[in-house]
Amino acid sequence: MIQVNQLTKQFGGAAVVKDLSFEVAAGAVLGFLGPNGAGKSTTMKMLTGFLAPSSGSAKINGFDIQSERQAAQAEIGYLPEGAPCYEEMTVYRFLHFIAEIRGFRGREIAHSIDRVLERVSLNAVLDQRIETLSKGFKRRVGLAQALIHDPRVLILDEPTDGLDPNQKHQVREMIRSLSDEKIVIISTHILEEVSAVCSRAMIINKGEIVMDNTPEALAELAPEHESISLMIQDLDPQEVASALSLLPESDRVVLDPDGRVTVFPKSIGSPLLGAVQSLVAAHEWRVVSMVQHRGQLDAVFRAATEGGAG
Amino acid sequence: MSHLAVIFKREFASYFVTPVAYVFILVFLVLSSAFTFYLGQFYERGQADLQPFFNFHPWLYLFLVPAVSMRLWSEERKSGSIELLLTLPITLWEAILGKFLAAWAFGGLALIGTFPIWLTVAYLGEPDNGAIMGSYVGSWLMAGAFLAIGCCMSALTKSQIIAFILSGTTCLLFVLAGFPLVLNFFEGWVPVMMLDLIAGLSVIAHFTSISKGVLALTDLIYFVSMIILWLFFTRLMLIIKSAD
Repeated sequence: MIQVNQLTKQFGGAAVVKDLSFEVAAGAVLGFLGPNGAGKSTTMKMLTGFLAPSSGSAKINGFDIQSERQAAQAEIGYLPEGAPCYEEMTVYRFLHFIAEIRGFRGREIAHSIDRVLERVSLNAVLDQRIETLSKGFKRRVGLAQALIHDPRVLILDEPTDGLDPNQKHQVREMIRSLSDEKIVIISTHILEEVSAVCSRAMIINKGEIVMDNTPEALAELAPEHESISLMIQDLDPQEVASALSLLPESDRVVLDPDGRVTVFPKSIGSPLLGAVQSLVAAHEWRVVSMVQHRGQLDAVFRAATEGGAG
Repeated sequence: MSHLAVIFKREFASYFVTPVAYVFILVFLVLSSAFTFYLGQFYERGQADLQPFFNFHPWLYLFLVPAVSMRLWSEERKSGSIELLLTLPITLWEAILGKFLAAWAFGGLALIGTFPIWLTVAYLGEPDNGAIMGSYVGSWLMAGAFLAIGCCMSALTKSQIIAFILSGTTCLLFVLAGFPLVLNFFEGWVPVMMLDLIAGLSVIAHFTSISKGVLALTDLIYFVSMIILWLFFTRLMLIIKSAD
């Protein structure tokens, strides 16, 4: 359980994080979304005890990050932005060092390294210096050090940033595979990632939470959610549009230059699709294509953060 | 093993991953010998002691110690690994001391590497071995004081070059504190007590008797307090600057 209470951080008078309050329960994968400079990283730095908040508090599994910093940090596995590590070390020596710091002794060290290698495949590069590795491997080293003590709380700052699509997929699979009892917080500005791995998405803008819900519920806020696009053969799209606009379930109709007609529902979950189908059958329209859209997070994201800090 | 020991071990080992450590030790040995034999006129003096050797240590440390200390925190800041280190369940003191002690041990190792010069003087004459031992300990303490200054300067900046220059300059001020160059500047407008205090901060003043093999308590206290003071400053800088 993470409890954040009125967390605030000011840099030179300007508040980067303002009065942030939220709770995360075990089993949740929380995605921090927001434009660059929204305060995602700063929040994570405060949650992990790297930065002291200007005011407010955060508790990690009951331990206050300021007054019981070490106990709280022991609960956390943290991947800082850019996955920094001691690049002159070999992967094995580095993981060994982290395991020792995390309190493993003797044979436990090897066990903890073995266990993490099952999750994060690094066997091929164990004896290579980290500075010689590709970005994808470096990111995996960062993930491995965060996971080595099997932490109950995992905080990952942009875990897939700069990775190729295959590597992104692997990292997401790994995050999904983590046990249900863990809390995972990831920050990202890749919206598909949130839909792919998060059970909860929090959009942060200018240091404040602007939206907080499941990714699905957020996507439903998009104006295009459950709208229907139609293309009819041998018929003036204008005619189709006017017929659709007469439907009681229709809110508005948009006509595209390419002849595609899109009808938006009055409310989510309305029987618009059935009504459109009946209309098509009644007029015996020859349908070229008919698509019902699902809301996309990016429209919601843009609406929520427009005019944000770039 | 405590966190301190784990950090110490990692830091100490990190010196030997690259050739830099070996180059450093080599440079130190070559310079200290060159100074001793040529500038210090080791043979010409005809005395079986290592005073010409130790006399040059403050000047040698002036640029060699900052070269060791400059990376201590600057590198961590630059690569971002400071965020990793300080979010591990360790205290700030464990991190600071682990790094400092590793650098100090490395300096000690370089100092131990100069033992042939002791063998030389022992072969040529009958030196006071106790005095030489005392000078070695004193020299190592002075290196520690310089390292602590360098540690603090390194905590200030991401740039190792800036850290090097800042530490070199600060060390120079402490070396020169007892010299007319500095004292004349203050003379006349600061109280005499203050002037004595400034002169009392001089590294040279405290090292002169050490280089002769006299390990006085006041000198020990001076160097040890310098180390403690500058490590406190380091901690302060890390707390203040972590906001960047």
